[in-house]
This record gives sequence, structure tokens and C-alpha cells, in this order.
Amino acid sequence: MKKLLSGDEAIARGAYEYGCTFAAAYPGTPSTEILENIIPYKEIYAEWSSNEKVALEVALGASLAGARALVAMKHVGLNVAADPLFTAAYTGVNGGLVVVTADEPSLHSSQNEQDNRNVAPFAKIPMLEPSDSQEAKDLVGEAFRISEEFDTPVLLRITTRIAHAKGLVECSERQEVPIKEYKKDVAKYCMVPANAMKRRVFVEERTRRLAEFGETFPYNRIEWGDRSVGIITSGISYQYAKEVFGDGASCLKLTLTWPLPEKLIREFAAGVEKLYVIEELDPFLETQIKAMGIPVVGKEIVPNMYELSPEILRQKFFGAESAPNQVADLNLPTRPPVLCAGCPHRPVFYILKKLRVPVMGDIGCYGLGLQPPLEAVDTTICMGASVGMAHGFQKVGAWSGLDRRAVGVIGDSTFFHGGMPGVADMVFNKGGGVLLVLDNRTTAMTGHQPHPGSGITAKGEPTVEIKIEDVVRALGVEDVQTVDSYDLKAVEAAVRHALEYDGPSVVICRRACALLKGLPDLGKAVINQEKCTKCHACLRTGCPALVSHPDGSVTIDQTACNGCFVCGQVCPFGAIEKVGGGERG
Amino acid sequence: MAKVTNVLLVGVGGQGTILATRVLAGVLVEEGFDVKMSEVHGMSQRGGSVVTFVRYGDKVYSPLVERGTADLILAFEKLEALRYLPYLKPEGTLVVNDLALLPAPVLLGKAEYPYNALDILKQKVKDLVVVDAAKLAEEKAGNVRTQNIVLLGALAKRMDIPPGTWEKVVSENVPPKTVEANLKAFWAGWEA
Ligand SMILES: Cc1ncc(C[n+]2csc(CCOP(=O)(O)OP(=O)(O)O)c2C)c(N)n1
Ligand code: SF4
Ligand code: SF4
Repeated sequence: MKKLLSGDEAIARGAYEYGCTFAAAYPGTPSTEILENIIPYKEIYAEWSSNEKVALEVALGASLAGARALVAMKHVGLNVAADPLFTAAYTGVNGGLVVVTADEPSLHSSQNEQDNRNVAPFAKIPMLEPSDSQEAKDLVGEAFRISEEFDTPVLLRITTRIAHAKGLVECSERQEVPIKEYKKDVAKYCMVPANAMKRRVFVEERTRRLAEFGETFPYNRIEWGDRSVGIITSGISYQYAKEVFGDGASCLKLTLTWPLPEKLIREFAAGVEKLYVIEELDPFLETQIKAMGIPVVGKEIVPNMYELSPEILRQKFFGAESAPNQVADLNLPTRPPVLCAGCPHRPVFYILKKLRVPVMGDIGCYGLGLQPPLEAVDTTICMGASVGMAHGFQKVGAWSGLDRRAVGVIGDSTFFHGGMPGVADMVFNKGGGVLLVLDNRTTAMTGHQPHPGSGITAKGEPTVEIKIEDVVRALGVEDVQTVDSYDLKAVEAAVRHALEYDGPSVVICRRACALLKGLPDLGKAVINQEKCTKCHACLRTGCPALVSHPDGSVTIDQTACNGCFVCGQVCPFGAIEKVGGGERG
Repeated sequence: MAKVTNVLLVGVGGQGTILATRVLAGVLVEEGFDVKMSEVHGMSQRGGSVVTFVRYGDKVYSPLVERGTADLILAFEKLEALRYLPYLKPEGTLVVNDLALLPAPVLLGKAEYPYNALDILKQKVKDLVVVDAAKLAEEKAGNVRTQNIVLLGALAKRMDIPPGTWEKVVSENVPPKTVEANLKAFWAGWEA
């Protein structure tokens, strides 16, 4: 039966059909929906791990225990998981192990753009690239097969337009794959130098065999057509090439894109007059094909940044003009994403802006604290960076005598992901940095997944709720405060205290994300127009429920408002009143 | 190449374009077309601008719609209708909801909303359909939450797919208690 599935959904379906019994992931756009769609299958154990490195290690453990295991992450997640990946490449697997990396050309929702195809030769593991949802599902099966046959983790590499684009997929029944026997084998699994040196040779030998395998792997295929032009391509670029050049052009569609099938490429190159490589981001195929001594045109024409599109190919290859932009001169306002009405991060940034302290930010919804009118964030690097950076920043002050106090701001999920080692470092090295943990009880940015502090598992079972207070105290932080994020005075007092405190200090700002279900009804805020002086102090919170009108008056959108009453606390005239709702729950 | 029809659904994150997209997808699959759809999730959920590309026909390769090639655009909001106008074919149809949602820069007084959006659209689009979805949902379906389906009804009329298929798929995709209201909403949009 055919279903319309996104690439992510198709990979989840593939995990189900091809006998996967174990899945782990840490959320991240555009990979999140893979595990989300695996969770409902009762045949597959699934967990949100605390970070990608852990997810891969958990999956590797499951593979050695004999299960077919799949682990999924976004492109930057693979940086975090690189350490185990590069050595799992040596140990190989027992049950098949598939590592999905979801890259994000054009960084729709990411802090950088990276082409993780480069990881395959770097780690020396085979890589498969689907071109649509059907292939995304099928290749999960192929990846498990290759993993088990060649004793290697397999990288399944997708991009946003595969992950989040839907296409028709033929779905079948599940094939049960029994859990394999586990045999202790230190020569294979204990990568001490003497053993690893031997496995190093195995890895080279395996790569040679995989390249041979690729020559006849049916998903690497030549589509002969007009021989004047030949196109070598893979992944989503294949669809764009077909769209623009039509069915008539000769095309070598590569799917096992590392190691490459050299003979097949030579055969194709010999059969066409002019050879092009069409690929998104880095000249990954191009460089390798050129190294084979085959002349080919690629990045001279095709951009090496951002997403590709049929439109871009039409311009670059045929000089086609893009369609006229009838609204170019209208200067339309942009519509950037904003912190939601009632977001618990808003009051914290409001105070940080007021205190004019440098803020070492982190990754999550609170990254939006960068935007006007809050403009409170100084840095955004990677998950967990806030703590170390605040510590380093403060240390320069301690050394030089300059005022270099800084506040690190980290979310609860990010704290468990990558924040804890930074806290240990700061305590160990006698730092005096301040860390604010914005505990909104969830991983909000990626769609509200539970984490080790949530008290609930991916499968919805109750579990231990790890308390951030307990963790930071156990790591040696003595000055630990907890405040309600909605209480502006309390937040301000706590941050002021932490900045004065001599030694590492942590403030946990706790209040559930306004989009979580089952929250207490806080009523609504309304503006008493008789008291309002149109001073616009409330607008400086940036709450999108506050609407300013051309005549200077301000009203509150009653559907959007969640009654957090942050605006009410900043109004100097007491003009904002609370209507309905229980106690400030 | 065989004919492919291109549709855009545009709106604002949180406006619930998802149900409309799901129904449209269901209808196209039901009718036996090859279908590709593409959208970008993530930040868009925090009130950003959102666009879904839908392409269907005998065989579809790219999931992206190119500028100047959309046969139909369904805009859930007026500013977004203007923003994505360059995607419309000269002879294409634009169905727009008569609704203005002010983006953050406008709320902060840093930019101006094009309150004359409908006038501009009337000048630039030959086949323009303006729908007051909130009003129709309330008056004809008795349920403001059916606005999406009203808009979908207006789109459906321009798509050459039997209404029975739409009715079937709408019914399958909304909560059982709201089927009747949603079907009324669909027809209110169809006749708009
Ligand atoms: C290494 C890595 N993994 C995943 C992501 C994707 N990601 C961005 S923000 C975020 C979660 C943030 O959650 P939290 O810290 O609780 O902040 P919230 O969004 O709830 O405010 C994730 C998983 C990433 N950017 N980098
Ligand atoms: S989803 Fe939650 S944490 Fe994110 S901006 Fe909205 S209220 Fe804030
Ligand atoms: S109470 Fe004020 S700040 Fe909070 S959501 Fe309502 S309008 Fe926004």
C-alpha cells in the first residue's frame, strides 16, 4: 500500500520493516521526526538520549548485544558523536548499525551549514544517500544489510529536502530479524593500540571491498539518454537535475556515495561528451572524480553554498532569467520567528538587558532573545558553549582586573546535553561565572521532547526526574538559587546576587514552556485604557500579544495572551489588569 | 514532460496550515497522482512565515516549486500572499484570506504593514479570490475553527477534482464530532 511520507517518516517506516529493534536519537531539525515516528512502534525500543554521543554509544551497545540499531541526529549532532563514530568504524558491529545524519543546507534552523558527506571518508564508513522518501525507506534495509555483511556502521545521509519533503512510499510488512548471539571478542571490540592497529588494516580492506560492491549495487545506476551531456549526481540533486534536464539527459545516479564505484564512473564518463557533477554544498563527488583523472565540471557552475534548486540550475546551465519579482519595490516587512506570548524566557532576558551584562548564549528557543526589543544575547555557538564561555570570559576579568563578569544562559535540555561538563570545569578551575538555567521543563525548540529532567521517557513512561539543583550542587556549586521565571523582581534579585557572589553561581529560572499542554489557567491581561498613558514600556518586553495601534494605544490580543503578567509587572502606571485565572500557579 | 500542477500554501506559523495540507495531500493520493510536498519546519513554528510546496501529476521529480510557475496559491494571510506572489504564474489563481496578522517588526513600530495588500493584489493578479474565512466559518459552519477548511474549499473549486473526494478526505481528517461543521465550511469556501 502506498502512503505519502516524509523522508523522516519513511526512515522510521524502514526501521520498522527491516527488523530494527533499537533506536536512539537526540532531537534536532531536520532529523527529529525520525525517532518521533519510531516511538509508536511497540516492536522497537526507542529513547531520547541525553545527547548524540550518548545516543550513538547506546546504539553501538545495542548492536554489540545483537540488535539491529538505528541512531539519528542533525548534522551538528554528528560532530558531538564523532568520537565514538570514528572508533566504531574500527570495531564494526554485531547487529546492523545505521547512523542517520540529517544535514541542513541553507541553515533554516541551524547554527552552521556543513556537508556531512565528508565524514564518510574521514571516518572510513560507507555512506548511502536517498533521493526521495521511497529510497529513504528502502535504503534503511540496504544499510542494515551492508552493515552486517561488511561489519561496519553505515552512514545514511539526508538533507532537509529529503527529511521534510513528502513522496509516495510503498509500505510492506515487518520482517522480524532475530537478535544475534553476543560473543566476547576483545581483538575486535577493545580498541587498545595493539588491537586497533590490526583493525586499521581491516578497515582499509573493507573499504576496498565496499568500493567493489558499489560497482554493481543496483542503487548506483546509469540512466542513458542523450550522450552529449552526462550528469553525475546524488541525493536531492538528482531530482533537481531530472527536473531541469528532463528524462532525455544521461545521468549517473550515485547512492552509495562513499566509497565510489570507479569503474562505473569511468564507464559513464567514457560514454558522454561533456561531464558535469551536480551536487549541493561541497565538491564532494567532484574532487574524488577529478582525483581519478576524469575531467568534469562542477563547482565552476554549481554553487557551493546553500540549498540547490531547479531554478538555480536553470540559471547556471541555461542562463534562464528568474521570474520577475512584482513585489520587490514594496519593502514588505519580514516575519521573523519570535518568543511566544507568555514565553518564560522573555522575563529573564528583559532583566539581563536591564542589567547590561554580557550574555553567553546557547542553543534553544532562548536564542531568540537575540532579537529586538530584548537584544540580550551576545553569543550563540553550539550546545553547551554558554557555560565554558562565561567561565573563560570571567577568568579574563579575574586575571586582568577588568570587569568581565558574564552570564551564561542555557536551557534545561541543553544543560543535560552538554552543560554539565562545563559546570564541573568552572568549579574545578575556581571560576566565578554565573550560569542561568532556563528550565522550561522540555526541549521546546525541536517540538517538546522529554529529557532527563522531565520525569517521562520517549515512550511516555514515568521515570526518575533528575533535578538540576541536585546536579549542580553535586558538581560543587555552592551558590544555587531557584526562581520563578515569571517573577521579574525575583529574577533580578537572584541575578544581581549571583553577579556579586565570589565563586561559581547557578540560578535556575523555572517555568514551563507556554506551549506545553495541561498548564494552569493564568487568566488574561487587559489594558485599562483610562490608566494607560501610551508610554509603551510594556512593548519593551516584545510580547507578540501586545498590539500597538497607529494612534499610540496598546491592546492585548486575548487569544494569544497566556496571562504570564510580565507586561503587568513592567507597566509603571498599573494600567494592566489581570482577568480570570486561578492563583499564579 | 507530463504536466505537473504546482500549488503553494502560505501563511504564518501556528495558523494551522497543517490540516489543510494534510487534506490536500490525502485528496491527491486518493486521486492516484504522483505527489511531492515540501515544507521547512523548525523556527517557523514560532510565528515565522511558512510555505508548503505541493506538486502533483503523472511523475514529479523536484519537491520545490520554482518562481513564476505556481498554478495556485492559497494564502492564509495577506502579507504572506504578497510575499509569495513571485511564485504565481501570470495566469495563475491566488486565493487569499482577508486577514492581517502583524509581524514582530510591525508590532514594535519598526516596519509598516501593507494595509492596502488587497488593492495591490487586485492590480497584480488577474485571477484573485478573496475569502473572509473567519466570517464564513462563523456564519455558514457555526464554528470559527473551521477557517482552514473554508479556505481549502475555495482552493478545491479551482482544482478539477471531484468534490466527493474532498468530502471523503475532509471527513476522515477532522474529529468525528466536527465533520458536519467542516463539510459546511468546505462548501462555504467552494461557493465563495
Ligand atoms: C548538537 C546539537 N544537537 C541538536 C541541536 C538542535 N537543537 C537546537 S536547540 C535544541 C534544544 C534546546 O532545548 P532547551 O535547551 O531545553 O531549550 P528550549 O528550546 O526548551 O528553550 C536542540 C535539540 C543542535 N543545535 N545541536
Ligand atoms: S515554544 Fe516555549 S520556550 Fe519556545 S518560545 Fe514558545 S514559549 Fe518559549
Ligand atoms: S500577560 Fe502580557 S506579557 Fe504575558 S502573554 Fe499576556 S500580554 Fe504577553
